[in-house]
Amino acid sequence: MESQTVVFYLISALTAFSALLAVTASQLFRSAIYLLFTLIGIAAIYFMLDQDFIAAVQIIVYVGGIVVLIIFSIFLTQDSGVEMRKSEWWRIAASGMAALSGFLLTALGLVEYNFVTQSDNLVTGGVKELGRALLSLNAGGYVLPFEMVGLLLLAAMIGCIVIAVKLKELPEGKENIQ
Amino acid sequence: MNQELLTPLLILSAFLFFTGVYGFVTRRNMISMLMSAELMLNSANINFVAFNKFLYPGKLDGMFFTLFIITIAAAEAALAIAIIIHVYRQTKSIDVKDADQLI
Amino acid sequence: MFTPATEAILIPLIPFLLFGIIGLAGRRLPEIFSAFLGIGGILASLLFSLHLSVSYFSEPVQGAFVLKEFFSFPWLNFSENLKISIGLVADPISMLMVVVICSVSLMVQWFSLTYMKGEERFQMYYAFLSLFTGSMLGLVLSSNIFQMYIFWELVGVSSFLLIGFYFQKPSAVAASKKAFIVTRFADLGFLIGILLLSYETQTMEFKGILDYFKSGNFNPEVSGIWMSHSLAAWALVLIFVGAAGKSAMFPLHIWLPDAMEGPTPVSALIHAATMVVAGVFLVGRLFPVYSLFEGVMQLITWIGVLSSILAAIIAISQTDIKRVLAYSTLSQIGYMMFALGVAGKAGAEAGFTASFFHLFTHAFFKSLLFLAAGAIIHAVHSNEVENMGGLRKQMPIVHWLFLIGCLAISGVPPFSGFFSKEEILLNAWKSQPLVYGFALIGSGLTAFYMFRLFFLIFYNKSHSDVHGHESMGLNFPMLLLAIPAVFAGFVPFSSYVTSTGLPEETHLHLMFSIAPVGVGLLGIGLAYLFYFKQNSLPEQWASKLSGLYKLSSGKFYFDELWRAVYQVALIRALATPAAWIDKNLVDGGLRMGAEKTLRLGDRVKLIQNGKLQDYVLYFLMGILALILLTLLMIQS
Repeated sequence: MESQTVVFYLISALTAFSALLAVTASQLFRSAIYLLFTLIGIAAIYFMLDQDFIAAVQIIVYVGGIVVLIIFSIFLTQDSGVEMRKSEWWRIAASGMAALSGFLLTALGLVEYNFVTQSDNLVTGGVKELGRALLSLNAGGYVLPFEMVGLLLLAAMIGCIVIAVKLKELPEGKENIQ
Repeated sequence: MNQELLTPLLILSAFLFFTGVYGFVTRRNMISMLMSAELMLNSANINFVAFNKFLYPGKLDGMFFTLFIITIAAAEAALAIAIIIHVYRQTKSIDVKDADQLI
Repeated sequence: MFTPATEAILIPLIPFLLFGIIGLAGRRLPEIFSAFLGIGGILASLLFSLHLSVSYFSEPVQGAFVLKEFFSFPWLNFSENLKISIGLVADPISMLMVVVICSVSLMVQWFSLTYMKGEERFQMYYAFLSLFTGSMLGLVLSSNIFQMYIFWELVGVSSFLLIGFYFQKPSAVAASKKAFIVTRFADLGFLIGILLLSYETQTMEFKGILDYFKSGNFNPEVSGIWMSHSLAAWALVLIFVGAAGKSAMFPLHIWLPDAMEGPTPVSALIHAATMVVAGVFLVGRLFPVYSLFEGVMQLITWIGVLSSILAAIIAISQTDIKRVLAYSTLSQIGYMMFALGVAGKAGAEAGFTASFFHLFTHAFFKSLLFLAAGAIIHAVHSNEVENMGGLRKQMPIVHWLFLIGCLAISGVPPFSGFFSKEEILLNAWKSQPLVYGFALIGSGLTAFYMFRLFFLIFYNKSHSDVHGHESMGLNFPMLLLAIPAVFAGFVPFSSYVTSTGLPEETHLHLMFSIAPVGVGLLGIGLAYLFYFKQNSLPEQWASKLSGLYKLSSGKFYFDELWRAVYQVALIRALATPAAWIDKNLVDGGLRMGAEKTLRLGDRVKLIQNGKLQDYVLYFLMGILALILLTLLMIQS
């Protein structure tokens, strides 16, 4: 067995296990940490696939941004060490069955299907090419989605501020606009 | 890269996806639901990258998709957190059961 | 100016249109306006009918008056053999009837202008009168028996509306219900009879029916024999049941006396001259068919005789003017009916002519009598004889008019009733002397009770507190009716209306007339003795014949008999179980369905509980199920 294969299986086992723990942990903070490990495992897989840039972005944005954000919100909203309540048994049973059967179905489908792979030793996806493509106006250029995502981020920022801002107390007789 | 790794990779991403689904439906906590949603998004990302690498090595489309998905997921997570905080301020609880008013 | 076909359509159409107009406009029209509209319309119809009948009778076909069809177009085609069309025809009796109907209706509407003045629902009254007139005209002009049935029912409806006109009175409501239900019940027989007859003859057109039986194709064996009578005979009997109901023959007569609850002009129009003779008309229309069946004719004869005698006996003891006149009508229709019945026998075919002649004269003198009664009631404000008396001085014109009517009905020459009654009696003698005997007794009784009424109203005693007064508005139409009551006897009827269509000669048999006239005069004399001045003769004789008197004043207890039948047979045996089934099984079944649906809805409602996770779960499971399904389908 090639070393690459072994490494791959190791990393994916780690990732999968962490994901499982993330959704079943009884304490919220631990769940967040398990999510962290899952995301790092995914970044590792990206590295294996020679997608350095994507892996870097994954770590910076997901791990360093989103998980941190989640941890902040956990702290803001409750005691992190408190045990969370569990759902009803029938919900666990139903969703477990549904998820399991879905997974099996998908896995079966994947195994049966013969993917025709092309191997290409060219390392594409270098940062230089990515950058060029991101800003090019030709066919295969992504400048429009780029701009749109920029707008989206702006809108999201404004939205977050509007939703989460705490208004000052106004003099009596007037209500805060929620 | 070993070409045989495509299928296991896809199976991994499927596993992550359904784990996310399970977590989304089962957890009672809004923040946990958010985390499960992130899991689902990530599994889609793995799919994109895998297909790009193994089936269409000459193109860049899959990577761009991944990039954009990461960006958008970040924006969405931020918004979700904002809403959760807002709801928390109103009802002092982040339990999903308490957010079932249809109005 | 108009073609005969157009006139024929207009004659019933105008009253129907007026019903619509006056009925819908209602109180928006001033009273006088609606009355003039109604009167104008009926006058137009009268002129058209006169013109039409004159043109009909002046064009005999090969010397005979036959069924002439104006138009007929198909309406309902159920199958090859069952087709119902709409059309209008003319034959001698229908021409006779349209003239009678229009003229009596005109007089009644004119009379009502004064009689019903101040009535709150004046306009509706005129609307209903127009509806009735239109329906009756449609009935007599119909070209097929089904269309006639439709108009038959319409006539019944208008009668219901008019009898129950004073609907605040419970007695009027009860009377109108009774009339409608009894005639409806008889119409059940009529409808079954229609179906059987049209099954036999494969057509509903009168022309077709008459041709079928004339052509000799009729073979009783073909369509079936039950209890030794053919299908056609039973059909005719059932049709006669319908006719008997409408014409108030025994035992279906119970509704007619009660129908006097309606306004008096209505009684004059409907229950004296037109609707009640619809039965006679029906038998007359189908006469060539009826005359082939000996047994059925016997039935008709004896029911007619029974009606005439029993009604006459009852009329002797009644104290309400309108009741007496109602029973008198019953009796006279009995005469018309048995005259038709005996006309089946060879030698007595003129009974047909006699019957319709009597219908013609009776229409005039009976409506005259009813309108006079109306004038009296209007003046005295009561129906009962004991509140009248000595009115000769206060109402002289009405007195003379009433006298004319009474003389006509008693068969005193030269008034019209004499001629028509004499014809009937002649044919009765020719066919069955027993019938003649009963008829003779009947005419004696007729004279007696009519003059009893006459003397009790106008002589007998003088009340100082009775204020009778006359009004020209009421008297004039009566005067116009009195003219034919006197002179209609001189019309050469048999030149126009006979059973075969060919004109016939009739002669006056002076020797024969002695008996009827004598009996009539005897009756008048007896009435004079008993009632001209107040005396104790009535009470003496009433106690001597107490049994018969009780039967008479109890109306032979027919009402009680029918009530027993109705109560036991219909209500207990049929209506109550049916109502129970309807309420509990049918309604209950529906309600149960509704309840179950509501319960189900309550359960399903719970799916929408606002919990996002549940929704996602449903979504997920749904998708998986669909995928599985698709895979299974692909594999198979």
